[in-house]
Amino acid sequence: MTQQEWIERVIKPTLFVVCLIPLALIAWDAFNNHLGANPIEKIMRRTGDWTLRFLLITLAVTPARQLLNLPWLIKLRRMLGLFAFFYAFMHFTNYIWLDQFFDVDEIIKDVIKRKYITIGFASFLLLIPLAITSTNNMVKRLGGKRWQKLHKSVYFIAIGGVIHYLWLVKKDLGDPLIYAVLLAILLGYRVWQRQRKKSLEKEQVAMSPVRSG
Amino acid sequence: MLIKKSADILSSEITDKRTYLSRREFVETAMGIVGAAAIMPGLLLPGAAQAGTRLTGVRPASPRAPFGTDEERTPYEDVTHYNNFYEFGVEKEDPALMSKNFRTRPWTVTVEGEVNKPAVYQLEDFIQPHTLEERIYRLRCVEAWSMVIPWVGIPLADIIKRFEPTSKAKYVEFTTLHDPAQMPGQRRAVLKWPYVEGLRIDEAMHPLTMLAVGLYGETLPNQNGAPLRLVVPWKYGFKNIKSIVKIRFVEKQPTTAWMVAGPSEYGFYANVNPDVDHPRWSQGRERRIGEFLKRKTLMFNGYADQVASLYAHMDLKRYF
Ligand code: HEM
Repeated sequence: MTQQEWIERVIKPTLFVVCLIPLALIAWDAFNNHLGANPIEKIMRRTGDWTLRFLLITLAVTPARQLLNLPWLIKLRRMLGLFAFFYAFMHFTNYIWLDQFFDVDEIIKDVIKRKYITIGFASFLLLIPLAITSTNNMVKRLGGKRWQKLHKSVYFIAIGGVIHYLWLVKKDLGDPLIYAVLLAILLGYRVWQRQRKKSLEKEQVAMSPVRSG
Repeated sequence: MLIKKSADILSSEITDKRTYLSRREFVETAMGIVGAAAIMPGLLLPGAAQAGTRLTGVRPASPRAPFGTDEERTPYEDVTHYNNFYEFGVEKEDPALMSKNFRTRPWTVTVEGEVNKPAVYQLEDFIQPHTLEERIYRLRCVEAWSMVIPWVGIPLADIIKRFEPTSKAKYVEFTTLHDPAQMPGQRRAVLKWPYVEGLRIDEAMHPLTMLAVGLYGETLPNQNGAPLRLVVPWKYGFKNIKSIVKIRFVEKQPTTAWMVAGPSEYGFYANVNPDVDHPRWSQGRERRIGEFLKRKTLMFNGYADQVASLYAHMDLKRYF
């Protein structure tokens, strides 16, 4: 098998199944009555956790492939990003359906009045265009540059997700802060890369004969 | 092999608690011993009581009793495995897991401050003079969920009278045990330890307010605040301080653990009030554990008839 075939036939299907494990575990626990006394809250939390985790995993692809020198990892990024959307969708559906039971008035009030819901909701809305434009066709239609620009919004989505978490906990900020630190590292890596590139460019410019002449 | 002798296992211990309790109520009513139980003095708190020991001589609750409710009780399993007790961890499952080896004997309760009879009591002596009663109360957590719990305890007013508070005793301050070796949650500064709560003296003396030593007819499981906890059913759950070691009578309003943690979010009064939202979430509705749809939260958690007069001229938005 070529590397290409290996990725398409083995790695991607395996990853797909692995990404469904959190959902399967939630379903299993629900089926076996293992979600505790407040199952709706539990599902809310577990889907929320996995949304944020998949966002961070998606953001980790670029640093991982550069630092580990595994360029083919980029081929997995789309699937990971779509799973982030998938779990966000589950999280949102659980909220609308099980938690609020389609009480539109309450939902609107919540989205407007509760800062943590507002920002979670905004993050979710911002994820939708990214999911829609994830197909090859859409990348082509938009053109690489514009597509990339649009998909930069994932940084804001992830920041929104972390703030959402920080604002909703009653007191113990420990868990959301762990996510905040991980996100800071992932975003910091990009800033660092950009600085490095800039200074490299400057050096090249400085060394070029045109400038010195 | 470890096979328990079956002869000394009471039927109550092998019957599902919910079935058992309703059966017990039926039997007691049928036999007309409700009255007898009510006048039966004292209780038999065994010296080495552990969570799950049956309490005897308890005056049973009835839906018709003052403050009674015939709402469905939250199952024992949920009452004992969905807890906020940060001394044993911040997740709902933590207290049941982390408090297994918590020692509640020997246990002393210090009574001090503006009283004529300050003293340090052994728990047994603290409780001995009183008749235990069962009270079925709603519990509304500030996180917008609720339960219905059959507590066993003593009206706090009866206990307070024994200490003879002075005229300067305007407030009562309660303190939880501080023992990071036993309470792993206290090793992290999630809250300012030890946990402190307080009531205005008239709130403390109100007939609804009780000190609980049990639930579902048994001594309190550790995760529910063994061996002694406060129950104030018209206030948010966090007012119901657990594992109390000190009761202090003071002139100035105490500063509670949650007031320190979030002064704009948690007030001294913390009365259940659907019209005053938590700054970050609505208090208008709640999820009763075990139910699917949320229900409306009631003013003073449904105890307005009994307690609204305590706050007659107060701006409850300001004194939240
Ligand atoms: C990208 C979007 C989002 C992310 C990354 C996200 C992430 C999270 C996380 C990590 C939690 C905490 C889980 C825990 O405590 O372990 C959470 C909880 C929650 N989220 Fe989101 N969320 C998002 C969108 C939304 C949206 C759109 C809504 C509703 C409109 C929402 C409503 C909630 C609620 C109500 C909780 C609290 C659950 C509870 O403790 O009862 N979230 N979310």
